[in-house]
Amino acid sequence: MSNTIIETKGLRKTFKSHQGKGGKTQLVEAVKDINLHVQEGEIFGFLGPNGAGKSTTLRMLTTLIAPTAGQALVAGCDLLREAKQVRKRIGYVSQAGGADTTSTGRENLMLQARLYGLSKEAASKRTDELLITLELSSFADRLVKTYSGGQRRRLDLALGMINSPRLLFLDEPTTGLDPQSRAHLWEEVRKLRALGTTIFLTTHYLEEADVLADRLAIMDDGRIVAEGTPNELKQMIAGDVVTLGLETQNGHYQKIQDLFHEQAFVREIHPGNDEVQIYVERGEENLAEIIRLIDGAGLRLSKVALTRPSLDDVFLRKTGRSLRDTAL
Amino acid sequence: MRFLLETRLLLGRCLKSTLRNPVWLVMGLFQPVLYLLLFAPLLNNLKMPGFGNTSSLNIFAPGLLVMMAMFSVGFAGFNVCEDLRSGVIERLRVTPASRVAMLLGMVLRDVILFLVQCVLLVLIAMLMGMTVDPKGVILLFLLLVLIALMMASASYALGFLLKNEGSLAAALNTLMLPLMLLSGVMLPLSLAPQILQNIAKVTPFSHAIDASRALINGHLSDQSILISFVFIGVLMVLGIFWATRVFRKAVA
Repeated sequence: MSNTIIETKGLRKTFKSHQGKGGKTQLVEAVKDINLHVQEGEIFGFLGPNGAGKSTTLRMLTTLIAPTAGQALVAGCDLLREAKQVRKRIGYVSQAGGADTTSTGRENLMLQARLYGLSKEAASKRTDELLITLELSSFADRLVKTYSGGQRRRLDLALGMINSPRLLFLDEPTTGLDPQSRAHLWEEVRKLRALGTTIFLTTHYLEEADVLADRLAIMDDGRIVAEGTPNELKQMIAGDVVTLGLETQNGHYQKIQDLFHEQAFVREIHPGNDEVQIYVERGEENLAEIIRLIDGAGLRLSKVALTRPSLDDVFLRKTGRSLRDTAL
Repeated sequence: MRFLLETRLLLGRCLKSTLRNPVWLVMGLFQPVLYLLLFAPLLNNLKMPGFGNTSSLNIFAPGLLVMMAMFSVGFAGFNVCEDLRSGVIERLRVTPASRVAMLLGMVLRDVILFLVQCVLLVLIAMLMGMTVDPKGVILLFLLLVLIALMMASASYALGFLLKNEGSLAAALNTLMLPLMLLSGVMLPLSLAPQILQNIAKVTPFSHAIDASRALINGHLSDQSILISFVFIGVLMVLGIFWATRVFRKAVA
């Protein structure tokens, strides 16, 4: 049975924004009312378009910004009253990374380790460990400004892991990375989970949230609009879609409707141009049955396709906008 | 004590970073030399009351030191813009280390480098004929350290608030010019109208320049010395408080 490692109640952040030259001061509600529960040992994803408030929420949970209202318990400590304790137990990799480009990788890691209270020897040992784990050894003593994007990101991750935190926050960890570096980073994140680290990551990439997160929350305009495992979310919104190439004119559609409309797994049927779309539950399992029914009725099937709903469908249903359109 | 260790580590990072930059080594060390060589000959003809036959450098060089504290150190805030952008500030703030240590690590770097420039300037001025009172010069360096701490803190505070080089440059340039004019380094204040002279008395720099001249020449009972130490001491403490406060909330 796992413990809750992050728990927030009514977390809120409002900024004062000055519009234009000497213009009116507006109040911008970046984060409106966040109630989160993150279990220890899971990868929890925060998915949403840019400007949704993900980074702001993350910065509040990592003690960088003070919330305007609300409470939170992070790694067992009260966010507002025990900030220093929270800092000792968490790691954080910001969107920009945080590595000092005018120092070497090793120097960055050593400084960070010592700021967390490790002795010089312990820091040295930990630095060497991480350099090996994240394959940074061969250029550890070069200045960070000479590193490639992927190498930088691995160093950023090492900096976040330096104090072996129970809880690691990653803000858009793979933005700007090529697919191979992205896949490597996902591997590192999974390895961390295998060691028992809880990971809280924000992303605007659907695939990342889908593939990596055990549970996720979809955020839009400062609020959480949906929460659950990727599968739960997808099943909740739309079933799988089975597209059948069938003749729909001359009363054929009526026959098809009669055939399927009593089946328990069928939610909806829509006619198309020489095809029929059937919204079903657990399309993978029920596809065989569908084809059998078609065959049994003597209908001629020209093609079959099975599409799974995506998180974009979830987002679209909940907010009326497509996440893909908002992604940079 | 943890605090001292953290300050030392953070100072080390900042110093290494600056010293690796060849531009600083060249420009930073060359600057005092340049000022002396360019300005000193111009002053040979200027007679200041109360100083008689002493080298004009005895009048000019102390003012130059204060001016370097204002301008050289006053622009230290730019160091912060890149650190904000690259996420270094956030990364440091997430650790449990002391916030004051983080600020001091940066500020002390600027103070130390400034002191190196001061020593260099004084040595060269001495070679060019300036005479130096031994007790006075120690007090003078102490005063310069206070000024540098004050300027660096205020500059960093502005850097954390404004965040980018463009805005910071605009703000600093706007503030520095009047401060410089009111300090009397460029032109003697006795030439200015009474109202400007009065305003100058409310800023710390004119007093600091009077004090630095008095100290170099061994006039240790000059009242501008006490005024400067107190005035600047207070401003320095306020500056550090302000900068730490802004730093605690600094995000890119």
